[in-house]
Amino acid sequence: MIATATITPTYYLTLAAALFTIGAVGLLVRRNTLVMFMCIELMLNAANLTFVSFAKALNDISGQVIVFFTLVVAAAEVAVGLAIIVAIFRRRQDVTADDLNVLEG
Amino acid sequence: MDALIFYVCAVAILVGALGVVLARNPVHSALFLLMTLVSVAVLFVQLDAALVAAIQVVVYASAIVVLFVFVITLLGVDKNESFEETSLFQRPVAIALGALMFFQVVLLAGHHWVTGAHQARGSLSVPRTGNVQTLARSLFTDFVWPFEITAVLLVIAVVGGVALARRSGQRPSDREGSAP
Repeated sequence: MIATATITPTYYLTLAAALFTIGAVGLLVRRNTLVMFMCIELMLNAANLTFVSFAKALNDISGQVIVFFTLVVAAAEVAVGLAIIVAIFRRRQDVTADDLNVLEG
Repeated sequence: MDALIFYVCAVAILVGALGVVLARNPVHSALFLLMTLVSVAVLFVQLDAALVAAIQVVVYASAIVVLFVFVITLLGVDKNESFEETSLFQRPVAIALGALMFFQVVLLAGHHWVTGAHQARGSLSVPRTGNVQTLARSLFTDFVWPFEITAVLLVIAVVGGVALARRSGQRPSDREGSAP
């Protein structure tokens, strides 16, 4: 019976690995820069889930503290990255990664 | 009950993640991302991380997804993103590499996932203190130096965002005249 099985940390870590894999594959196969950013968020979330699982498994608070720093990095990354995307869009009217093959504006 | 919650959330997380990757419309991707983030927050509650779950909902599911939707509104939905792959091998190779990575993690590390010292920096459940108090005590004692560094990082991100938004405000036609 599913509802009575015990959930060990292995379950959470496997789920986090699957989430990270989907994010990584999505980052490689998509061309829309916004969706690529969302895939990066998926990978960061997988890392957060891993940290919190280890905090629970090892009964250690520092795993949860690290998640704060990951969140700060994610917020900074999204703020700067979306500003870059908007800047590119104003210049070129297109945010497809295939077309962004030169660094000059 | 724990198992039921876990399986429901796991299915929601994986469906949301696949939806982010597979949805053609970026708005749908953002909504699938929201589903994944909220489900991860539920799992955080399951893992005795109440404060982290709350912050996940407030910061990720509100701030970051709203920022994404704002930018999609600003740019307009890109209808003509072609799903035709330009390079022949990219998609199969990406999927193969992803599968390889997943099975490496699961098969090679699967026998001994959890290693390391228990309670290296303080227990998760101190008697008569809640999750918030325990976390704050650790954050402001053991991790105060990384905490200060995040302040610098956030300032840099804000200044960088403002600088990017301002400098790109001029049109390409304006630049033609002023370029040396």
